Amino acid sequence: MEGVSGNGLAGPQLLDLMPNNREWLVMIDGAKARGSSEEKKLELRLGPPGTDDWCNLKQDTNSKRRDEALLSFGRLPSMASAQIAANNGGHQAHKFGSSEALASPWPGTSYKENCQKLQEQEQMKPPRSYHQFPSTISQGKNLPFSPKEASQSNCNHKGLNLQDSGVKKAFSQASASASAANTAVPSVSQKRTAPAPVVGWPPIRSFRKNITSNSSAKPSPEPQNDTPNKVAREDKPVETCEKKGMFVKINMDGVPIGRKVDLKAYDSYEKLSSAVDELFRGLLAAQQDSSAGGINKKQEEEKPITGVLDGRGEYTLVYEDNEGDRMLVGDVPWRMFVSTVKRLRVLKSSEVSALCLGTKHDKNSLEMKTNQKIFS
Amino acid sequence: MNYFPDEVMEHVFDFVTSNRDRNAISLVCKLWYRIERLSRQRVFIGNCYAISPERLIARFPGVKSITLKGKPHFADFNLVPHDWGGHVYPWIEVLARSRVNLEELRLKRMVVTDEGLELISRSFVNFKSLVLVTCEGFTTDGLAAIAANCRSLKELDLQENEVEDHRGQWLNCFPESCTSLVSLNFACLKGDINLATLERLVARSPNLKSLRLSRAVPLETLQKILVRAPQLVDLGVGSFVHDPDSETYSKLLTTIEKCKSMRSLCGFLEVAAYCLPAIYPICSSLTSLNLSYAPGIPGSELTKLIRHCRKLQCLWILDCIGDKGLGVVASSCKELQELRVFPSDPYGVGNASVTEEGLVAISRGCPKLTSLLYFCQQMTNAALKIVAQNCRNFIQFRLCILDPTKPDSSTNEPLDEGFGAIVQSCKGIRRLSLSGLLTDQVFYYIGMYAEQLEMLSIAFAADSDKGMLYVLNGCKKIRKLEIMECPFGNIALLSDVGKYETMRSLWMSSCEVTLGGCKTLAKKMPRLNVEIFSENNEMENCIDDEQKVQKLYLYRTLVGPRKDAPDYVWTL
Repeated sequence: MEGVSGNGLAGPQLLDLMPNNREWLVMIDGAKARGSSEEKKLELRLGPPGTDDWCNLKQDTNSKRRDEALLSFGRLPSMASAQIAANNGGHQAHKFGSSEALASPWPGTSYKENCQKLQEQEQMKPPRSYHQFPSTISQGKNLPFSPKEASQSNCNHKGLNLQDSGVKKAFSQASASASAANTAVPSVSQKRTAPAPVVGWPPIRSFRKNITSNSSAKPSPEPQNDTPNKVAREDKPVETCEKKGMFVKINMDGVPIGRKVDLKAYDSYEKLSSAVDELFRGLLAAQQDSSAGGINKKQEEEKPITGVLDGRGEYTLVYEDNEGDRMLVGDVPWRMFVSTVKRLRVLKSSEVSALCLGTKHDKNSLEMKTNQKIFS
Repeated sequence: MNYFPDEVMEHVFDFVTSNRDRNAISLVCKLWYRIERLSRQRVFIGNCYAISPERLIARFPGVKSITLKGKPHFADFNLVPHDWGGHVYPWIEVLARSRVNLEELRLKRMVVTDEGLELISRSFVNFKSLVLVTCEGFTTDGLAAIAANCRSLKELDLQENEVEDHRGQWLNCFPESCTSLVSLNFACLKGDINLATLERLVARSPNLKSLRLSRAVPLETLQKILVRAPQLVDLGVGSFVHDPDSETYSKLLTTIEKCKSMRSLCGFLEVAAYCLPAIYPICSSLTSLNLSYAPGIPGSELTKLIRHCRKLQCLWILDCIGDKGLGVVASSCKELQELRVFPSDPYGVGNASVTEEGLVAISRGCPKLTSLLYFCQQMTNAALKIVAQNCRNFIQFRLCILDPTKPDSSTNEPLDEGFGAIVQSCKGIRRLSLSGLLTDQVFYYIGMYAEQLEMLSIAFAADSDKGMLYVLNGCKKIRKLEIMECPFGNIALLSDVGKYETMRSLWMSSCEVTLGGCKTLAKKMPRLNVEIFSENNEMENCIDDEQKVQKLYLYRTLVGPRKDAPDYVWTL
């Protein structure tokens, strides 16, 4: 591989990043020594454009389980830019495209240290103290790298989210792993197609989505139903505010006079339900009043009409749709309901079951539960 | 160190309030560990499943304030199925049983029940402060218990919770003797509020500094409340709609002028734009303004308002303000430190939106900016580079381009260089969220430059495992890594399994990791809980190690697999 001492190695390789001489060394790990030469390379290479190895990423058709891949680095970017100039074969130039962005190749020691550690770990067997470092790696700064045992004893603190000193790490032997993926990941996938509305995107809390969708006067597309968990969704406003009102007849059992209700004035079943209560409570009370023969019934004795949507109340709301069928109110989204409803009826719940409408009203939505709570 | 008696050391430690510093103190020597732990009063637990309440109490018997977080962050975006967990009741139970003198409980993304709230209210005599953020599972009945039984309640702060509103009279449950309230926030409640009760409560709370109302509180009540509580520092307005010719409105104008202490405004859950001028008189002293819940205010009105707010340090706003509006922000709010611009139309490509121009303008005008959350339609590398040059103090930089893989809108290149410039320039950056078309290169930069990075959120990015490897290798201080829809597989996952014990958690969803890879990881790292789940129960039927895992959430823990995991969660 270019830029590396050309060993044409078969095993996973690691590069040691040496800050002093800025060269790349290839460290051969123990796996190779164990004669796993038949193992396919499973490397992630970072090379300047122009290297063939750039594309040598797990396209091997090996289906065997492999050891974990190790990171190997190509040239330093500053060198790479020279390489690019020399070798620009139209390979992924974007990778190191504007290396001007990198003012200095390796500013922090941490990244280098880590790559050194990757190298260290390759050489050492677990668990070992990592205190012995080859002298070439001395940074003039203590590499606070505690052995595995010490880090274990410190786990006590970790659970309580103590500040990581950032360095107590137990490195596991990469080569000790038994399995690794053999999923071939294409090295180039420039344009991932922008997906259809995906769960979790955009990253906005439901709380906010509801607010903004409520507010927009322009018809906003209903958010994809990506809420598997219960969310108290505020009801979406009915679009088309400009059209004239949509009045449908509504009759109630036991009340000879019907009413008309403007469905455009509501945006949810809940509101319709309370409208039913408002429209008929007085009338119903008056009917029962007259039928009972009493006069001057007090205002408080007007019973609110509740539970019309969930089957729990004394009355149930049904409607007739554009096909002439009688349907239970509440099954379909509000807007769909508004577009198909022709008239409404408030029936006694006992009658409804007698009529065997069939649909078990088992809606589990929070909306229904909320209605329950509100009207119970 | 041994020459000072313990009391002296303790007294010295009392001055150290930051949890991180106290954690460091406890590592110095056994003596310090002991002194510190016995005197510790505030404990922060970033993952409630990392430790058990028993162990917490064993180490910190004197704890008075506990902060707990439950679900992973991506639960906010509906990526975590219902009933995943995060139950606080077991904690409350143990705390109550152990007679901890709990005074403050702060919960985030947890499931709280009425029983739990009731238990709190009955068990902790000195309970003062309850803060619930993005929690769920309780009703106003639980709040009633808190109100009724917590005699010295100072703070009841409900932020964006899912609360079932029983329309009961929970506010009535505050006894007449309760006069200690300092902070009350019930803005997230949806039901009706007994307005008279609210007014009386405010009237008898002379220490009330922060009040955030729900939408059910109309303008008239707001005016009456402000008359009673002109000392308010932080106000969340519920409904702000009224006929500008009415008497109420003119009364409000006079009342507002008397609120000289007001520094923070939010809410406006229902607002008419023409009512906004009422608050102009207090704008000049505002340091914090949150209009992100206010629907339907046109950008022009927002701009007019913000021109008055010259001392603003924190601004949360909707993108209807537009790029021009952000320009006004940049020229008016020189002290701005935190800016959040939310989308008013997350799914459409509306006219109301902001682009890279707005961000550049802000960076030019507000050099003190440290925290940014910016939802926009498009971005360019050039703009990000300018931002990086102008604002070097970013601690949080979260950019969300609504089309998740959109490239630089002027060059069609990936946004690697732009983000690279940001991390290179802002040495102190601790939290980063990326979006747009991104390749492995941006992760190379992050690994190289973002030395202080603690939390990274990635979606639809990278080309290969290298991306994740760069981050795991380079970001020493990373604590939370959350990834969705990226081509990271087992290689990346398993390259450095020890790393995960230095982190709080890792989330990977819709990536390329397989069941086999996760099993390997779990086997190697017994002190991690490796949880696999999916929407339906397909994982249970899956015995094929080659199967890709839909959702992976792993976190370090001292207490092993949790016992309250639902069926669909498989802890390997």
